[in-house]
Amino acid sequence: MAVTLRVNGKEQSVETEPDTPLLYVLRDDLALNGAKYGCGLGQCGACTVLVDDKPVLSCLTPLMLLEGRSITTVEGLGTVGKPGPMQQAFIEEQAAQCGYCIPGMMMRAEALVRRNPDAGDTEIRDALEANLCRCGTHSRILKAVARARDLKRGGGA
Amino acid sequence: MRFGRIFLGLTVLVLIAVGGFVAYAWKSEIPAQEAQLQIDPALRARGEQLAAIGNCVTCHTAPGGKPFAGGLALNTPFGTIHSTNITPDRNSGIGTWSEAAFGRSMREGVDREGNHLYPAFPYDHFTLVSDEDNRALYAYLMSLPAVDAPTPGNSLPFPINHRMLVAGWKMLFFRPGAYQPDAAHDAAWNQGKYLAEGLGHCGACHTPRNALGAEIAEQHWDGAELEGWHAYAINEKSPAPVPWDKEKLAFYLANGFQQIRGVSRGTMAPVTTNLGVAAPEDVSALAAYVADRMGTPSPERIAKGEQALAKAGETSEATPASAAPTADSQAIPSSASARGQAIYQSACASCHESGRALPHGGLNFHLSTAVNAPSPQNIINVSLYGLPAPEGEGGPIMPGFAGALDAGQLTDLIAYLREEFSDQPAWPDLSTRVEDTISGKTRVPLYRSDGTAASPTDSSVRTTPWL
Amino acid sequence: MNALSRRGLLKGAGALVVSFSMSRAFAQEGEVAGGAPKEAVPELPGALAQSPFLDSWIRIEADGSIKVFTGKAELGQGVKTAILQVAAEELEVEPRAIEMITADTGQTPNEGYTAGSQSMPNSATAVRNAAAQARALLIGQAAGRWSLDPATLRAENGSVIAPNGETLSYGALVSSTLLHVEAQPQSPLKAPDQLRQIGQSMQRIDIPGKVTGGEAYVQDMRMTGMVHARVVRPPSYGAQLQAVDTAGVDAMPGVVGVVRDGDFLAVVADKEFRAIKAMRMLAKAAQWSESETLPDSSALPDFLRQLPREDGTVASEGTPVPSAHTYEASFTRPYQAHGSIGPSCAVALWEDERMTVWSHTQGVYPDQKAIGEMLELGPDRLRVVHREGSGCYGHNGADDAAADAALIAQRFPGRPVRVQWMREQEHGWEPLGPAMVTQVRAGIDASGQISEWNYELWSNTHSTRPGPAGALLAGRHSAKRFAPEEPELEITKSGNGDRNSVPLYVSPSKQVVWHFLKDMPLRVSALRGLGAYANVFSIESTMDELALLAKTDPVAFRLKHLEDLRAKAVVEEAATRFGWSNEPLPQNTGRGFGFARYKNFAAYCAIALEAEIDPISGRVQVKRVVSAIDSGQAVNPDGIRNQTEGGILQSLSWTLFEAVPFDRTRVTGIDWSTYPILRFSGVPASVEVHVIDRPGEPFLGSGEAAQGPMAGAIANAIRHATGLRLTDLPFSRERVRAALMQAAGTELTQNG
Repeated sequence: MAVTLRVNGKEQSVETEPDTPLLYVLRDDLALNGAKYGCGLGQCGACTVLVDDKPVLSCLTPLMLLEGRSITTVEGLGTVGKPGPMQQAFIEEQAAQCGYCIPGMMMRAEALVRRNPDAGDTEIRDALEANLCRCGTHSRILKAVARARDLKRGGGA
Repeated sequence: MRFGRIFLGLTVLVLIAVGGFVAYAWKSEIPAQEAQLQIDPALRARGEQLAAIGNCVTCHTAPGGKPFAGGLALNTPFGTIHSTNITPDRNSGIGTWSEAAFGRSMREGVDREGNHLYPAFPYDHFTLVSDEDNRALYAYLMSLPAVDAPTPGNSLPFPINHRMLVAGWKMLFFRPGAYQPDAAHDAAWNQGKYLAEGLGHCGACHTPRNALGAEIAEQHWDGAELEGWHAYAINEKSPAPVPWDKEKLAFYLANGFQQIRGVSRGTMAPVTTNLGVAAPEDVSALAAYVADRMGTPSPERIAKGEQALAKAGETSEATPASAAPTADSQAIPSSASARGQAIYQSACASCHESGRALPHGGLNFHLSTAVNAPSPQNIINVSLYGLPAPEGEGGPIMPGFAGALDAGQLTDLIAYLREEFSDQPAWPDLSTRVEDTISGKTRVPLYRSDGTAASPTDSSVRTTPWL
Repeated sequence: MNALSRRGLLKGAGALVVSFSMSRAFAQEGEVAGGAPKEAVPELPGALAQSPFLDSWIRIEADGSIKVFTGKAELGQGVKTAILQVAAEELEVEPRAIEMITADTGQTPNEGYTAGSQSMPNSATAVRNAAAQARALLIGQAAGRWSLDPATLRAENGSVIAPNGETLSYGALVSSTLLHVEAQPQSPLKAPDQLRQIGQSMQRIDIPGKVTGGEAYVQDMRMTGMVHARVVRPPSYGAQLQAVDTAGVDAMPGVVGVVRDGDFLAVVADKEFRAIKAMRMLAKAAQWSESETLPDSSALPDFLRQLPREDGTVASEGTPVPSAHTYEASFTRPYQAHGSIGPSCAVALWEDERMTVWSHTQGVYPDQKAIGEMLELGPDRLRVVHREGSGCYGHNGADDAAADAALIAQRFPGRPVRVQWMREQEHGWEPLGPAMVTQVRAGIDASGQISEWNYELWSNTHSTRPGPAGALLAGRHSAKRFAPEEPELEITKSGNGDRNSVPLYVSPSKQVVWHFLKDMPLRVSALRGLGAYANVFSIESTMDELALLAKTDPVAFRLKHLEDLRAKAVVEEAATRFGWSNEPLPQNTGRGFGFARYKNFAAYCAIALEAEIDPISGRVQVKRVVSAIDSGQAVNPDGIRNQTEGGILQSLSWTLFEAVPFDRTRVTGIDWSTYPILRFSGVPASVEVHVIDRPGEPFLGSGEAAQGPMAGAIANAIRHATGLRLTDLPFSRERVRAALMQAAGTELTQNG
C-alpha cells in the first residue's frame, strides 16, 4: 500500500508494507543516509529523526503511523553547500569522530532547541542522554549543540 | 443585645478552643546538640539498610544535588514542598539535632525547633518506627558527609502555608505511637507489617487519599494515583494477572523485576533500587506481609493466571506477527481495534513477543498488570516515555513513543491491548487521560529503570522525558 | 636543500628492492601472527620501505589533477585529512586540489592494517617523503625545460615558478613515467618554519558530508539491483546447526534465497525489512545444538591464572637494590567489547567470476588473502575496497561481515549483496578485548627511589586478525570449516598483550613476564591499546601506591623516575594545566594522575582528573579531565585533541562500566541494555587536551595513547578520595559501593 508523508518538506508517496519501520523507508526507498541503523531496539538513538518536530526512533516507528505527517532528517537541516545552524555548529566544533551517531544526536538536539530555544547546558545534556556515542565525542557534541542554539538565536556565542 | 451576648459567648468558646488547640499544637524546641557524637559502626550499618527501606534518599536528594541534602520539589495537590537537608550539616541540615529530636520528628512529625512538618514527610507511617531503629537511622544520617544546602522555600497557598494548620490536620488524621506487635501473628509477620506500614510507608502511594491528603483507612492499599503514576492495589484487589506469592514478591522488591510479572518503573523504580541493598531478611518479611495482605488466591484467580501464562507462552513460541506479514498488514485498517492491533504488531510485538527474558526483554502483555489495572495511566506513561536506561549498569530499556504516536493512535493501541490482553472492561477515561498526558496537564515524573546492579542508583541523577 | 634530479633518484633507486609482498605489510603491527618487521627496507622512511615507488603514493595527471594514495583507512580518526595535509604541504598545493584514495587492493599500496596508531608514522611519513620527492622531480623537470638551476626555482600552488615569474604547472611537467621511480632515503622536506599545512587544525574533510547526510559509510552504499542479506548466527560459540526447514522462509515475500553452508545460515531478500523478517523466521526454524564452552564468569581471574600457559620474558633487566617498602597487588580487566554504534556491514558483488567486496575493514589486503582462501580466489579475482564504517577501535566484525557478504554473493552472481549485522550479532560475535590478570611486586628504597619492579601478566593474544580464512566467522562456520590459527607467543617491540608492560619509569631492575594463554574460550582480538590498557592501569596504580609509601606527591614521584625529557614535559604540562596541588578537596572527591608513553615509543600522554564518589550508590563521577599529549610533530592539533578526548571518554566508559557478561554457554551482553556504556550523564563537565607540538620530530601515532593513563588516573582519584585501591575493572557502582562497605567493616574491626 502507499503512504504519503512529507519528508524534509517534500510530499513523498511510499509504496511498501505499512509495518516497515521508517528507517528503512528513509534509507532504502528515499535514499536518505542521515538516519542510521544502530540497534533496532530503541536503545542508542542513531536512527533519530523528527516527526512533527518531535524526536522519533525511526527504527521502531512503523510507516503506518505516519500518514500525512511531517518528517525531518538531517538532510532537511541544510546541505554541504549551505549548512543549517545545527550542521554549521557541528562542523565548527569538529564534533565528530566516526560521525555515525552524529545525525541522530543532531536531530535530538534540533528537537530540543525547537522546543526550547534557550535550552541550557543541563537541558542539552539531559536531552542527549537517550543517544549513545562510542568514539567519546560527547564533549564536542555538547559544545556544538550549545553553539547551534546560539546560532539559531541569531547571536554568535 | 441578645445578639451581642451570643456573639460574645461564641467568641469565648472559640478562644477556649483555640487555646486548647494551641496547647495541643505547641511543641517545644529541643536544644541544639553540641558536638558530633561517636557513631557506632554496627548501628550505622543497620541504619543504612533501614534508610534503604525508607527510600529516604529518593525524596531527600535534588537533581544534581548531594545525596540526602534535600531540595527536591515535591508537587503535591496543595502546592510545592521542598524536601529538607538531612545531612549532619549544622547550618542547613540536621547537625544540631539530637537523637531525641530526630526520634521526635519520626514519631510526631515535628522538627527540632518544634515546628509541625507537612505530611509530605510520611510521619503518619514513620511514627511506627521503633526507638531502636530510629537510633540506627540517626547514626547513619549523622555519619553522612555534611552538606551545606539550605532548603528552598515552599510555595504553598494561604492558609496551608501556616504550619499551625498542620496541627489541625494531625488532630484529624494522625495517631502517633510506635508499632505494637500483633500477638496473633509470628515475629516475621510482625516485622513485615512493621516495615510495610512504618518505615516502608507503602500506603503513602498505594492507599487512596481524601480531600485533605490523608490516607483513607477503609481503602488501605486499594491502589491509588500519585505523581502521575498509578500505584497498584497490593491487597486482595491486586490486578496482577498471575497472583503474587511471597518469594516472587521478595525477588521483585530486591531486583526490580519478576520474570512473569514485569519490571518496576515510575515511582516504584527507586523503591526497588533501594530495596536491593536492604537486609534480605527485611525484604523477605516485607514481601511475606504484602503477600499475606494479598491473600490466598481463589481457584478462579489461579486458573486465570495459568490461562494468562499459557497464552503468553503460546504467543512467545509462535512466530512474531511482524515476521509474517499477512494480508492485514498490506493496508491500514479502518476500525479502531484493528488499527490498534496493527500498531501493536508492527511497533510493540517484536520486543514484547520476542520471548527474551526479563528484565531485558519486553513483558508479554498477557502477563501485564498495567493492562489489567483499573487505570490506564501507567501504560500511557510507559508507551509515551518508555523506560529510560539505568545509568552505567545493565537493565531494562524501552524507547518512548511520544513522538511517533499521536493521541488517536495511542488511544487505539491501548484500547486494543486492554481488549486483547485482559478480561477487564474498556477504560472509560482512556482518551481523556491520553490527551492530558500528552498535553502535559498530567505531570509524569520519570525515573530511570532499576538496573541489574546491587547498588542503588544515584538519586541526584534524575531524568527528563527522552524527547 | 639538495637538488634532486631524476637521474639521481634512479641511481639511488638501483639499490632498493621493489616489493609489494604481503609478509612485509603484515609484519608492521606487532599484533599480527607472523611477527616483527622482517624484510622492510630500513633506509626508507615510513611505509615507503614496503612500497618504494613514488607513484604508489602520488599520481599527477596531465590535467594537473592529483591523487594521493594511502593503504590506510579512515576509521573516524581523521587520518584522511591529516595525510591530505601532509601531501598538500610537500606538494605545495591547496588541500582541495588533491583527491585522497584510501585502502583499496585495486589501487593503493599494501599497508597491512590501519591499526596500532601507525598511520601517521608509517603512511603519513611515506606520503610526506614521496610528496617532497615528487616536488623535487617536478622542479627538476622545469629546471630542465628552462635550463635553470633547480635551486633557483620554487613550487607554489601546483606550479613551478622561475625567478622571472614564469610558471609551469605540474600537469604540464608531469609524464607517465616521472613518478614511477623508487624513493630515495633522503627527501627534501620543507623546513619546520616553512610549513603552512602541517601544524594547522584544518577542518576534517569528511565531517560536512557526515552532518548533511552525504554517502559516508559502507552502510550507505546503494547499487543497482542490490539485495539485502541477513545472517542467522549460531546462538553461541560452540553451537552447531542440527536442522533447518527453510520452506516457510522461502515462501516469504521478497525472499531471494536462503544460503546454508555448514553452520553458516543466511537469507537474502529484495528489501531490507523483508530480509529482517525472513531472518527472524529463519532463526526460529533453525535448530542448534549448544554446549557449555565458557568459563565461570564470576571467577574469571582464577580461571585465567590456571589456564595452560607459555611464558615469554618481556624484560629482564638489572638487579634490584634492597627495598625499604614493597607493594604487591594483582589487577584484573574483564572482556570488553568494541561496541561500535553501527553494526558491521559489507557489500559484495560476484560478477564475471570476479569478486569485489566493500568493507570497513582495517586491512583490505589481509582480507583479500583471507576471503580469497575461503572462496579459493586469487588476488587477481578478488578486490577489497575500504569504505568507512561506524567507529573502529580495533578488530571488530568488519572482516567477518565482508566474508559473509562474499560467501553469500557468490551464490547470486551479478547481484550486489549488502550484509548488515544486527546489534545482537555485533555484540555477540565481535572479537572482544581479552580479559587479563596482572601481578605486580615493586618496591622503593630508603631514599624513596624505586628499587625493583616485578611484573607478570596473564593474557591471550590480542590479535586473531585475518590472514587465514579461519580468522573469519564465515570461514569457520562454512562447510569447509577453516580452523582458527593457533596463536603464538611473540615478544615484539610494540608488544601485544604485553604492550606497555615494561614501565618507562627508572628502576634498577625490571622483570616482566607474559604468561601467554593459548586457550581462547571467548573470541578475542585487538581492541584499542591492546594490553596497554590493563598494563598501564596496573603500572599507574602501583606508581601511586609507591608514591604513598615514599610519602611523595604522585606527580613528583613520577617526574623523579622519568629520564626522557619529553615524558617529563607532558607530565608537567598536564599537572600545571590541571592545577595539581595538595590542597584539600571536598569530601569524597579525589585527584588522580596517569601517564604512559604508548608502546614506549609512540605518543606521550599524561592525564590529571578530579572525580567524586557518591558513597551511597558507589557512583564515580569524573568531574574534569586535563590531559597533555606529545605526538611528535603535530600535523593537525585539533585532530590529535579530538582523538585524545575520544580516548579519554572511551576509556572512562571501559573503566567505570564495561564488562562483557556471559554464562557457561553464551555471551549474554548482546545489546546496550546488557552491555551498558557511557551516556551523557557520566561525561565530565570539561575535558581539556593540550598538544605539545614538536616541530621537526617524527609523527607519532596518538589514537590509543589515552586508554591506559585514563584508567590509572581514575583508579588513583578513587584512591585519593576514599583511601580504596581498586584493582578490578570496571569500577562499577556495585563494586565501588561494596568496597566502601567492606572498608567500613574493616574500620569497625580495627576500631573494635
